[in-house]
Amino acid sequence: MSEVTTLNDMWMTILLTLDATIRLSTPLVLAAMAGLFSERSGVVDIGLEGKMLAACFASASVAHFTGSPWLALLVAVFISLCLALVHGFATITHKGDQIVSGVALNILVSGLTIILGLTWFRQGGQTPSLSGDGRFFSIDLPGAELMQNVPLIGSLYKELLSGHNILVYAAFALVPVVWWVLFHTRFGLRLRAVGENPKAVDTAGISVNGLRYRAVMIGGVLCGIAGTYIAIAHNAQFTRDMTAGAGYIALAALIFGKWRPVTVLMACLLFGFLQAFAMRIEGVQLPVVGVIPVQIIEAVPYLLTVILLAGFIGKAIPPKAIGKPYVKER
Amino acid sequence: MNFAIELQDIDKRFGAVHANDHVNLQVETGSIHGIVGENGAGKSTLMSILYGFYQADSGSIKIFGNEYQFTDSHEAIAAGIGMVHQHFMLVDNFTVLENVILGAEGGQLLAEGLQAARQSLKELEEKYGLDVDLDATVDSLSVGLQQRVEILKALYKGAKILILDEPTGVLTPQETDELFKIFAALKAQGVTIILITHKLREIMAVTDTVSVMRRGAMVAHLETPMTSESQLAEHMVGRKVLFNVNKEQVEAGDVLLSVKHLNWTDSQGVPRLKRINFDIRAGEVLGVAGVSGNGQSELLEVLSGITPIQEGSIQIKGQTFSPKEQANPAKMRTMGMAHVPEDRHKQGMVMEFRAAETAILGYHTDDELSNGPWLKPALGRERCADLMQAFDVRPDDVELKSANFSGGNQQKLILAREMEHNPDVLLIGQPTRGVDVGAIEFIHQKILAMRDAGKAVLLVSVELEEILSLSDRIMVLCDGEITGQMDAAKADERTLGMLMANAQQAHDPLQSIASGEGQS
Repeated sequence: MSEVTTLNDMWMTILLTLDATIRLSTPLVLAAMAGLFSERSGVVDIGLEGKMLAACFASASVAHFTGSPWLALLVAVFISLCLALVHGFATITHKGDQIVSGVALNILVSGLTIILGLTWFRQGGQTPSLSGDGRFFSIDLPGAELMQNVPLIGSLYKELLSGHNILVYAAFALVPVVWWVLFHTRFGLRLRAVGENPKAVDTAGISVNGLRYRAVMIGGVLCGIAGTYIAIAHNAQFTRDMTAGAGYIALAALIFGKWRPVTVLMACLLFGFLQAFAMRIEGVQLPVVGVIPVQIIEAVPYLLTVILLAGFIGKAIPPKAIGKPYVKER
Repeated sequence: MNFAIELQDIDKRFGAVHANDHVNLQVETGSIHGIVGENGAGKSTLMSILYGFYQADSGSIKIFGNEYQFTDSHEAIAAGIGMVHQHFMLVDNFTVLENVILGAEGGQLLAEGLQAARQSLKELEEKYGLDVDLDATVDSLSVGLQQRVEILKALYKGAKILILDEPTGVLTPQETDELFKIFAALKAQGVTIILITHKLREIMAVTDTVSVMRRGAMVAHLETPMTSESQLAEHMVGRKVLFNVNKEQVEAGDVLLSVKHLNWTDSQGVPRLKRINFDIRAGEVLGVAGVSGNGQSELLEVLSGITPIQEGSIQIKGQTFSPKEQANPAKMRTMGMAHVPEDRHKQGMVMEFRAAETAILGYHTDDELSNGPWLKPALGRERCADLMQAFDVRPDDVELKSANFSGGNQQKLILAREMEHNPDVLLIGQPTRGVDVGAIEFIHQKILAMRDAGKAVLLVSVELEEILSLSDRIMVLCDGEITGQMDAAKADERTLGMLMANAQQAHDPLQSIASGEGQS
């Protein structure tokens, strides 16, 4: 009898960890897809973090004042889009350094959100906790309650697949859409081409800048959704630097997934799992090894990426024209 | 008369540079028209204007009798103009098919467009003899085939006028012949071709009419059968040019540089040099022929000490360098070796340096130029002025930034730096790449002067004419291997071309001599 209970407990622990994996992967997936569009077009997007953070703040504020998560989403997307356009203006129109522009954006947003938070809400840089309608709530998939008594599959369905909010489902549904756009549409073909050889695109009579702006703008929209998710779906308020490096992990996932939608999704899930795992074993006395410091597990995504870049796991070949502003030569 | 292209009074300035000075041009429909001129004469600018890549400051463009004002390439393409650029505008990791439809996808979704394109490309391939696998990715194709893709791309977009910018620069002689066959097929179908080149022989071989540009202006329009190479060259430079280098017989002396069993593999594990063996004697020019990228760069870098030796040995004046006894450029220099690198911008000079600094690079530790860690800038300037005078570098301004000299003058400055140091062994890579005709003549004379003075010269060049006219012996590299070595007197372009492609032609006497020596 007790054996069955421990087995059951273990199963539930696994399920809950995987459930957390999905919730933690969601912003990574959205941000990584944002980065994928931008970087496939040849524009490095180190400002994923900043755009998400700005969207976090915007959505939490708007949700606090209006109580409408959808309005919050809209405003957050708009703010993030504006920041993306600033990045585009600096790097595409004015050929500025893409890394510098992105980092500047991150620093700006990190400071600005705290200042605005302090002046508007006087809660030490946070926004007030949202209650009730201001958030995106979980959706129970049909039949979750009925299924729960079916062994294995039932709990899998109820705990893992059902009970997330709409943004989670949207994020995962986005991946096949991105794949399809990238490889089966005219826009996708041109996008891939402009990140590899912008001159080929230019001489074919297509505007390089136009394509890159579109890509960067899509990135802005997706970062806006990611930020909204973090602030008012996963959490219930804005707190200082609440993205906590998700943008950088998304970039790492982008490299780890070799700029391909499905492999990037896998990388996001892996990194999300590592975060969930870190939370789960925090302070837990494990046999033999004892307590593993959380920082070690949190560092794993970066370590894996560095190992990948060093050429130990396959090879990550970035789009050839990435990071280079396009200048027509004489 | 029926003109495909009529350009009238095209004028274009880039800042202070008058790139096109009231240029006129008429090209008859269905003809092959050549445009020649030195580097910077304005050929490429003119064609970029015709292709809508730049806009002219003034002047008019008529295509098949209709006047156009192109604001981008798309409009030029729509008017029936196609361009094959010198550096191919292809996306390496795309298939041929994807590359061709880029910009002409025929709808938001790819599937239909790809299907339709495949069909019409098959037809184009048959019509013009342009065979290429549509599903191969571009980076797996040879340069010659990539060029076909460019031509297909233009034709697919409905080009009736095809502009080719220096199309043969990267091709073997055999590939060039193939290209000219394609020209004939295109012409037979009524396509108008504009060929931009600096190779006068090709102009004479394939064009019907030819225009010459000099310093931004059109200086001559000629019927090809009524002109000659020397007349064209005279128009290009503005004075008579000596074509034949007078080479006196010099008895070769002792072996100054000896290379034995050199192997070299790059970081990707690809062998770049395989079993390289050769000697160079005093008073001898050894020409290294080959399509670029077949090991020439690696050979120069290993010989000059830039890259470490992995296997084999290099012997210079009795001193042997090997994997255990590594050389480096400074050591090689003290052994009496000088090196004029292939890529002068990356390896030969620092673009941001003043001429006086470029002129002493590598020799700045000489006793007369430095005192321990301190440079003697005044002496450097003096040295530079001397070099500029000896090699006729213009302008002779020692304070001018290196980047602001023309290609020919940059090259002369580098040659001066290396040659005036009186080396025993001189390595030269692509001495006349991007150099105008007048300077080429001068550089060739200087190289022969080195040989006559009893130096050993290794000359790497992709220009076969250059190799043939300067060398005493010729060695051909293909895929990192020596595919042939022969006396220059016994060599001709056809034989070299075959060795460059490493074509195994049976029963060719020269071939058997060549391979016999090459395998030693």
